Amino acid sequence: MIYLDSNATTPLRPEALEAMLPFLSERQGNPSSPHRAGHEARAAVEEARRRIAARLGFEPEEIVFCASGTEADNLALRGVTRALRKKGRHLVTSAIEHHAVLHTARDLERDGWEVTSLPVGPDGAVRPEALAAALRDDTVLVTVMRANNDTGVVQPVAELAALCRERGVVFHTDAVQSAGKLAERPGDLGAGLVTVSAHKLYGPKGVAALCVRRGTPLSPVTTGGGHERGLRAGTENVAGIVGFAAAVDLAFEALAADGPRLAALRDRLEARVLARVDGVRVNGAGAPRVPNTSSLSFRGVDGESIVLGLDVRGICVSTGSACSTGDPEPSHVLLAMGLGPRAAQGSIRISLGRTTTEADVDATATALLETVTRLRAISSAPDAEG
Amino acid sequence: MPDTPESPAAPPQGPVLFYTPTLVDHFVNPRNVGELPDSETDGYGLVGDPSCGDQMKLWIGVKFGRIARIAFKSYGCPGAIATSSMLTHLALGLTLEDARRLTDDDVVEALGGIPEAKKHCSLLGVKALQAALDDRERREAERPETAKP
Repeated sequence: MIYLDSNATTPLRPEALEAMLPFLSERQGNPSSPHRAGHEARAAVEEARRRIAARLGFEPEEIVFCASGTEADNLALRGVTRALRKKGRHLVTSAIEHHAVLHTARDLERDGWEVTSLPVGPDGAVRPEALAAALRDDTVLVTVMRANNDTGVVQPVAELAALCRERGVVFHTDAVQSAGKLAERPGDLGAGLVTVSAHKLYGPKGVAALCVRRGTPLSPVTTGGGHERGLRAGTENVAGIVGFAAAVDLAFEALAADGPRLAALRDRLEARVLARVDGVRVNGAGAPRVPNTSSLSFRGVDGESIVLGLDVRGICVSTGSACSTGDPEPSHVLLAMGLGPRAAQGSIRISLGRTTTEADVDATATALLETVTRLRAISSAPDAEG
Repeated sequence: MPDTPESPAAPPQGPVLFYTPTLVDHFVNPRNVGELPDSETDGYGLVGDPSCGDQMKLWIGVKFGRIARIAFKSYGCPGAIATSSMLTHLALGLTLEDARRLTDDDVVEALGGIPEAKKHCSLLGVKALQAALDDRERREAERPETAKP
């Protein structure tokens, strides 16, 4: 199997698994317990918190562990709006956010919040001018992702965060698709809140962090035993947090070598596909992108059919965000970039990983050529554009 | 009753989520793909599914009151391609009356089921067949009396 869907999830690093195993067997204490078993678990969680904080550019007490990136995004949006509900009633997001942000913003809209969705240019990037124009006196929160999951396009988060700081508005960025892929500490972007998820950087599923810069107004969404400084109640996922720390360390250590290697493989794949297949476009090619992601649109064929055509050849790619699999709606990200519904429907996302080889990429380019050619021969609309 | 694929392709390998082996087979080796020349076409249908943009073109040739030739081209997801293929497979050889009675449920059943989100795909082929049968009736009505068999 050739797995090229790393933006959906990545395999657990063996080193992370190794670090986790004791906490799934003999070291089973609850970090809140007042005895040696509890102390042992607490020590492991706090050691992991220190390591993760250092890599991400935060203080240990600024890390709030959650069960998923989606949960962390929910805490950021719901927690900030809740804390500031007397200060304003407006929040700003972008048209290309992950559903974790998009649908949460929509839910807040039903609660009476006004939401402005920033457009993106044809390159898939938000323009800081658009944010400057959208900010109002009653804006309390701006949330724009660091890298888009479908296209890999990197958003100008530092500029957006600076604008918000000038205006005294809280800024959140979902850095799930950039952490461990871009040579940067998310904490250096100037955001008040940052979401990072373990399983996108070779850690375990079921654990993530919301990094909350000291002084950022945030109310809890989950209440209970006062865990995570009262911001996220619930017994800590000790093994998950330990595995998260191991994965974060390894991801940031590997960054300098993996980044350029993946970018070269991605560029090789795109060059091969463009040279051999007619009617292809690379979405977001004009903007800076995370090195592992390629969004391709093929004229006259459907993306799901390409995905199944590659799947039967043992190659795993995606039509886009895994959350919308089975959903007939084309990618909201590609539509926001100005692609027509047909072109958006004819799109796939290829996301490389740390074990991807040149042979994988070449086999994928060949399989794509064969699959698309076959589907176009079946297609009743082989020349249909957008 | 298994039939011979028109073009041999690599056999499916590994688990393919959501889809039955029969559906995957009809997706990988769709039956009756192509177009009929005008001289062999007695009915033609073009239908689209506005909900997802899928589209199907279907040609039928009729002999002795039965569908003797059938060909299709489809744009769409695996569900659209596989249901199109299965529809042509089921319709070939049927009397025009029996062809009229084919339903989307017949197509889904023959494929061994289809994911819930893809149920609407199975209507595409049935609608295209109805359109081709309607077209055939129109052509018959327009033919001069002496030319009718």
